[in-house]
Amino acid sequence: MSSTPTQAPYYYVPEPSRHPIRASLGLLAFGYGMSQWVNGSQWGAYLTGLGILWVLFVLYQWFGDAIAESEGGLNSVNVDISYRWSMSWFIFSEIMFFGAFFSSLFYARNIAMPWLGDIDSHLLWPNFSAVWPNAGPGGLVDTFETMGPWPIPSINTAILLTSGLTVTWAHHALRANHRKQAIQGLALTVGLGFIFVCLQVFEYVHAYHELNLKLTSGIYGSTFFMLTGFHGFHVTLGAIMLAVILRRLIKGHFTADNHFGFEGAAWYWHFVDVVWLGLYLLVYWM
Amino acid sequence: MNLNTTTTRLVTGVIASIGGLSASFAALAYNDMPGGPAVRQLNFAAPVTKIMEEIHWLHWFMMIICAVIFIAVFGAMFYSIFKHRKSKGSKPADFHESTTVEIIWTIIPLIIVIGMALPATKTVVAMKDTTNADITIKATGYQWKWGYDYIKGEGEGIAFLSTLSTPRDQINNLAEKSDTYLMEVDNEVVVPVNKKIRVITTANDVIHSWTVQGFGVKQDAIPGFVRDAWFKAEKIGTYRGQCSELCGKEHAFMPIVVKVVSDEDYSAWVSSKKKEMAALADDPSKTYTLEEAKERGAKVYAANCQVCHQPNGKGGGAFPALDGSKVVNGPKEGQYQILLNGKNAMPKWASLSDTELASVMTFTRNSWGNHTGEVIQPSDFVAARAAK
Amino acid sequence: MSTVTTHDTMHDHSHDHAHAMPTGWRRWLFATNHKDIGTMYLVFAMMNLFAGGTMALLIRLELFQPGLQFLRPEFFNQLTTLHGLVMVFGAIMPAFVGFANMMIPLQIGASDMAFARMNNFSFWIMPVAAALLLGSFLAPGGATAAGWTLYAPLSVQMGPGMDMAIFAIHLMGASSIMGSINIVVTILNMRAPGMSLMKMPMFCWTWLITAYLLIAVMPVLAGAITMVLTDRHFGTSFFAASGGGDPVMYQHIFWFFGHPEVYIMILPAFGIVSEVIPTFARKRLFGYSSMVYATASIAILSFIVWAHHMFATGMPVTGQLFFMYATMLIAVPTGVKIFNWIATMWQGAMTFETPMLWAVGFIFVFTIGGFTGLICAMAPIDIGIQDTYYVVAHFHYVLVAGSLFAMFSGFYYWAPKWTGYMVNETRGKIHFWGSMIFFNVTFFPMHFLGLAGMPRRYADYPVQFADFNMIASIGALGFGLSQLYFLLFVALPTYRGGKKAEAQSWEGAEGLEWTVPSPAPFHTFETPPVFNK
Ligand code: HEA
Ligand code: HEA
Ligand code: CUA
Ligand SMILES: [Cu+2]
Repeated sequence: MSSTPTQAPYYYVPEPSRHPIRASLGLLAFGYGMSQWVNGSQWGAYLTGLGILWVLFVLYQWFGDAIAESEGGLNSVNVDISYRWSMSWFIFSEIMFFGAFFSSLFYARNIAMPWLGDIDSHLLWPNFSAVWPNAGPGGLVDTFETMGPWPIPSINTAILLTSGLTVTWAHHALRANHRKQAIQGLALTVGLGFIFVCLQVFEYVHAYHELNLKLTSGIYGSTFFMLTGFHGFHVTLGAIMLAVILRRLIKGHFTADNHFGFEGAAWYWHFVDVVWLGLYLLVYWM
Repeated sequence: MNLNTTTTRLVTGVIASIGGLSASFAALAYNDMPGGPAVRQLNFAAPVTKIMEEIHWLHWFMMIICAVIFIAVFGAMFYSIFKHRKSKGSKPADFHESTTVEIIWTIIPLIIVIGMALPATKTVVAMKDTTNADITIKATGYQWKWGYDYIKGEGEGIAFLSTLSTPRDQINNLAEKSDTYLMEVDNEVVVPVNKKIRVITTANDVIHSWTVQGFGVKQDAIPGFVRDAWFKAEKIGTYRGQCSELCGKEHAFMPIVVKVVSDEDYSAWVSSKKKEMAALADDPSKTYTLEEAKERGAKVYAANCQVCHQPNGKGGGAFPALDGSKVVNGPKEGQYQILLNGKNAMPKWASLSDTELASVMTFTRNSWGNHTGEVIQPSDFVAARAAK
Repeated sequence: MSTVTTHDTMHDHSHDHAHAMPTGWRRWLFATNHKDIGTMYLVFAMMNLFAGGTMALLIRLELFQPGLQFLRPEFFNQLTTLHGLVMVFGAIMPAFVGFANMMIPLQIGASDMAFARMNNFSFWIMPVAAALLLGSFLAPGGATAAGWTLYAPLSVQMGPGMDMAIFAIHLMGASSIMGSINIVVTILNMRAPGMSLMKMPMFCWTWLITAYLLIAVMPVLAGAITMVLTDRHFGTSFFAASGGGDPVMYQHIFWFFGHPEVYIMILPAFGIVSEVIPTFARKRLFGYSSMVYATASIAILSFIVWAHHMFATGMPVTGQLFFMYATMLIAVPTGVKIFNWIATMWQGAMTFETPMLWAVGFIFVFTIGGFTGLICAMAPIDIGIQDTYYVVAHFHYVLVAGSLFAMFSGFYYWAPKWTGYMVNETRGKIHFWGSMIFFNVTFFPMHFLGLAGMPRRYADYPVQFADFNMIASIGALGFGLSQLYFLLFVALPTYRGGKKAEAQSWEGAEGLEWTVPSPAPFHTFETPPVFNK
């Protein structure tokens, strides 16, 4: 019972909360709005936007509460352990999500493509030669050039790897109670993440305008944009997390031995980093 | 969904079923279907091929093993249920662990399942061996009919569509149902007896599945891919199956019927079929007038296009309207492309003849609100195909 | 098995952080209490069972006779699809999450779930998703009619109802992942001191493993339907051969989710049965540790068997053989479970109150379903029965007689703890026998239909299949009425009154949940009990 340094309860159970149900109403607006939007409805787009903003607003309040509880000393060691477990499992679920898209790339290249090019398939696709990359045998896709590893993806790799170092540096600094250094390291990480996203946007513009490589460019375009796109989205999320942590750090939150918020965001950042290495190899090089 | 029509149907249905209940007992009067299911059939269809014989055997083999295990396991359970009840004064024993028995009842089932899998292996390998076929037939699934092309062996070049021939009145309960209800078609696949037939399946739109249970064949037909299966029917007769992969609203209405005939009958069928096809064939060099082309095109449209684009050309859902469409009213090349190559949900229609394509294109360009006045000739499609 | 020092399980609520029980609608809408959230999950699942059941009854109505009587085929397909989706995602899965919420904290001596607010969020996403899913009937073109498996490219052809289904499934997936993380963390981190993993109740073990499966496969499903969405609207070609994709790829991704999913729907059922049998046999669960290993083996194997749903797609021989062998292996750990249950009963002192009846009924009927599963797993036989009513029979034997029956067992077993009243035994037995008999009347004839070749997802069928279909339809009505009886004459009355339940409601029951009063107070175990074996 008294294993915690603070006066924290054995395990803090929050008061009834209005956040969850409000957030789920936002999700209703989002889900319904999206399903209308993709079918070309104008108000569907507005509803989607409204839903997202509302969810973000609720989450802002929600996390505000959670942070206040943490800073208020209500979270015992047990709660801290729970947070650690939950973040690890969440990252595991994210890995599986990317797994689905990586597998589709694998399947399309190594199973579907040879199949489409085999001797029986000449019945349907007499002129198809099964070499990657290709735009599929249908001849519906405008010719495009593929995206090589030079220069942007390689620069981005360097950026992400560096950012992995800078968070670690920030972490060490925090543990050693050098708050200033920690802030510097973290700010640098957020900055690098921001540059990464900008470069990727630039790469997309390049793909669309100069390479004629689009989401609609057959299976190559589909897997390329969905994989890198979801990754980019996760980088953005990770960067937002780190930015929030940075703000908290500046406000004086966290201590040298109690800073799970920081660590969780850092784990997430390493996760997007590792996914990127997979992409860099499998999408850009191979 | 239109809730209104559904409600109306529900109400009329309930009324009809009150009368129908008595009629339903008349259902007992149906006879077995030749080459199809028997009334209250309990087991697989009678085997017509070696493979199906093996499947029958495997099924009995599994049934017997499972039944034995079932009786043993539940014999023990019910024995315990009757003997070891509190009301019989049974006192709980206090054993609750035994590594030995756990190992025993892991190993024995393991051996049993291995014993089950081994004989199946042989059949799997045999089923997959589609080499050295005498005749190769391509079966193409369409929403909702089958298209057949004899692509190798005697009869090469024969091609036809095979559509459900059960009248709509029977389906809507306005006429007495026949014994071959829902498992009869206008053009049957004809094959010679005792010859290895390789069936290549593919599809034009969504996944269908080509099945004839008596042959031990079920092979999905996957759009854009080819898969194959084989059978060697050993008995003359007519054998039936039904599309076995959900393919949309008429999924239940695209059966497969195969007629197995003697060699001589097969040769006779081939030559008559070829004559029939020659008589029906369109002359691709003919020049059509607008009226002729529209008339022909309307039929092609009704048979192939209106499922998605609707009879009024307005489309719906994922299917674009043709009425007023930019492609249909724009440069011809664009429409050639889409018809020949497809796009997204639109399948490619290159399998239609030049005459059919030209006429349906003429039809769309001169129907509903579209009045381009253009007549597309079969020769235009000959050129478009060559240009591709 | 376990004795418990309840030194302050029932301590007064004098801690300054202990809040009073909230009242009125706020108690439910803003709930952070695992018992309240559990109740909401169970009520929600029950509503979905009736919604899905109504669809099933409409399906059976149309299939009562050959010919099209009541429904247009396109609407029939929508009903089949939504019946599957609603039952799987709306009824069975949330019901098990409800059981987890209700029982896991009580069984391990935790004050609540690890993340009480997120727990409420997981719940409230469900009605939202259900609204989207059921609301899709009203979309132009109706609900999706591509089957609960949503195979591309048929699902790519569907109208806007499909998009609503996609987002509904995304939301349910998010809910499941959050719910599972909560459960995993609760079990791993909040057990009472002294309760090592190998001492915790079987139900917690099965849920721990289930939650792991959920976290692993729900994101994969999300990926698959996202690809369907982009194929539908954004011009990607994941599942279109013309662009280099492959419709069969959808099936691989779907079943990589789908097969573990079916074990997600059965493992907690195994857990419930493993609690009930020892109680009424008055004897400890036989082979506890081998039960744990068996459950884990089932979970691990479930990742390498998915393509047994795809034998007819035309895989290479090696694929066919691999998936056939791997699938059949699952019979081994499942058998271990069955044998252990029977060994638990062996030389016990059994009584047959309603929960026990359901548990024994479960073992009996589930095994039939397991054996038909094994028959499906034989690739050559499956060629004969794939996509026929044989498969429909198989999975209703494992899902209805498996998952649903086990949940009824769990309800009768734990309802005293939830409501404070014992369930009326006579009525419980009427419910059991009604369900057991009508269940078999409904689904047993489907084996024959399938063997004779009647394809599933058919709005109409050849006349030769008429009699068995008629029997199945009559059985379905009887089964449905039995559930109506359960709702009106068993479940609801139990919440209102009856014989008072004691803390330990059943003579042979053991475990922490029986150390707190019935009904369990609003807050339990605010400080952990000491658990010593
Ligand atoms: C709760 C859900 C559940 C469970 C537990 C199972 C359990 C099993 N299932 Fe089932 N299955 C489904 C739900 C489930 N299934 C669903 C929903 C579908 C259809 C999906 C769709 O297409 O819509 C399906 C479809 C399905 C197919 C595809 C059929 C087809 O589409 O053609 C196959 C094929 O292999 C299969 C096999 C099995 C096997 C081998 C088991 C095994 O786990 C069973 C193991 C149990 C036993 C074997 C009995 C007990 C054991 C003993 C008493 C030991 C002694 C026994 C021996 C030594 C043999 N299932
Ligand atoms: C997960 C659990 C689950 C459960 C519990 C059930 C329950 C039932 N299912 Fe289920 N079923 C599936 C999962 C389930 N099913 C799946 C996954 C499919 C595949 C879908 C697909 O192919 O895509 C399927 C498909 C399926 C089919 C095949 C449809 C087809 O291929 O076209 C049939 C046909 O008979 C059927 C029947 C039934 C019946 C009669 C019940 C009964 O147990 C239901 C009992 C009824 C009730 C519990 C409701 C009681 C209500 C009342 C009596 C009152 C009515 C009230 C009002 C009108 C207000 N189901
Ligand atoms: Cu074609 Cu089902
Ligand atoms: Cu499976």
